[in-house]
Amino acid sequence: MELMPDFALHRPTEIEEAVKLRNETEGALYVAGGTDMIVNVRRGIEQPAALIDLSAVKELQEIVEDDEGLHIGAGVTLETVSQDARVLKDFAAVAEAAAAVAGPTHQAYGTVGGNLCLDTRCLFYNQSEWWRKSNDYCLKKSGTVCHVAPGGKRCFAAFSGDVAPAALVHNASVDLVGPNGRRRIPLADIYKNDGMDHLALEPGELIAVLHLPNSEAGLPSTYEKARVRGSIDFPLAGAAVWVKQSDGKLDELRIALTAVNPYPHLVKGLEKFSGAKLDEAVLDEIAEMVQSQAKPMRTTTVKPWYRRRVIGAIARRLTKQLTATA
Amino acid sequence: MKNFISMTLNGRQRDDAVPGNMLLVDFLRETVGMTGTKIGCDGGECGCCTVLIDGKPRHACLTLAASCDGTDIETIESLETGGRLSAIQRGFHEKLGAQCGFCTPGMVMAAEGLLRENANPSEDEIRQGMAANICRCTGYVKIIESVQAAAEEIAAKESAA
Repeated sequence: MELMPDFALHRPTEIEEAVKLRNETEGALYVAGGTDMIVNVRRGIEQPAALIDLSAVKELQEIVEDDEGLHIGAGVTLETVSQDARVLKDFAAVAEAAAAVAGPTHQAYGTVGGNLCLDTRCLFYNQSEWWRKSNDYCLKKSGTVCHVAPGGKRCFAAFSGDVAPAALVHNASVDLVGPNGRRRIPLADIYKNDGMDHLALEPGELIAVLHLPNSEAGLPSTYEKARVRGSIDFPLAGAAVWVKQSDGKLDELRIALTAVNPYPHLVKGLEKFSGAKLDEAVLDEIAEMVQSQAKPMRTTTVKPWYRRRVIGAIARRLTKQLTATA
Repeated sequence: MKNFISMTLNGRQRDDAVPGNMLLVDFLRETVGMTGTKIGCDGGECGCCTVLIDGKPRHACLTLAASCDGTDIETIESLETGGRLSAIQRGFHEKLGAQCGFCTPGMVMAAEGLLRENANPSEDEIRQGMAANICRCTGYVKIIESVQAAAEEIAAKESAA
């Protein structure tokens, strides 16, 4: 194990104070639960000059409900979200996704905001310093070659958060707070298709609140992921599905994928199934559409072809399950 | 930069000055000298470093000591009373829940957190509650039996009291 790099720890109690500290301190990073950030610091992937611990910021820990929807503070733990009565009832996929992150100990202090901002992952990146060094590092960190696609100049590290796809199918938005104030944007807009730099946040910006709109509440949704072990592991492939039906026909279908692209991907073109009756042929077509948009690369020990098959199977199964019970 | 922290560790109050980059597990093992808490991996995967912070299981290897100001921390060293094992420790001893023993402190602390919240867990609830701890001797059956034995002992003691 490497020594921890030298850094100072700040524990602000207000968001504005946190943003100010982050802005004024060169090389500072935010940390919330730390279940992923501290791992990356221990492995030398992140070498912050200072860590700004957000866990003492009260405003980030609240869940507020109003006419518009449910507003979950970014510092709320995954455990709290997975057990919250309102989330379970109206945004089931979000509760299921939170309960699927790592293991119960991680969920008890890992946060919603942390999972949404989770760094992209790759077999050649999430390794110890000596492992990466002996492999000449990689494009994403300290190196010049991507070992996944050596010919290219792109990084294919996969976004591996569980909460994002579930929130995406519920049309979530987020409040961002940064040096230039506060803004609200659709959750989908914070992600970019770039494994090296997958977040479209401005420097020093943090997610303050995840908004789940009432307009999407209560309709059936679910989330499932494939992983190596039954617990702890990041997804090899994961899908969240949301359906709206009437008279046995599909009005609207939303599917979002994780761990198969550098960003959580909302499947495109599903509107063609509006009004369709979901028989086996249509389900096959949906699975095929999902598979064609999933781009798993050699970023895990499990082969891409398998993850592509699995993502289609999960999306198909969940869609069938939701439409059968709705 | 030093951070001044005040915590309750295994029932005793203490004040320390710790650097911002010190992990709780290093603080416990190196500064305090309590080496019962183990470091098994470098990625927060194995759960060997599990301690209780304010009564809930948490990874000491992913927690910065400086962020523990004002908390109540319990480690594996806190469980015995006057040399007598706790019910969970005895469960692991009698049901052979430890093989090489490296994961055991974390397993025991995770079980401690679980049984405090749910005194009578089903097998599924035990599997779920202990799902953040890995045993590389692959002895999960014995570990589950150990926790079940501990739960039974605690229940028997309470009904007798």
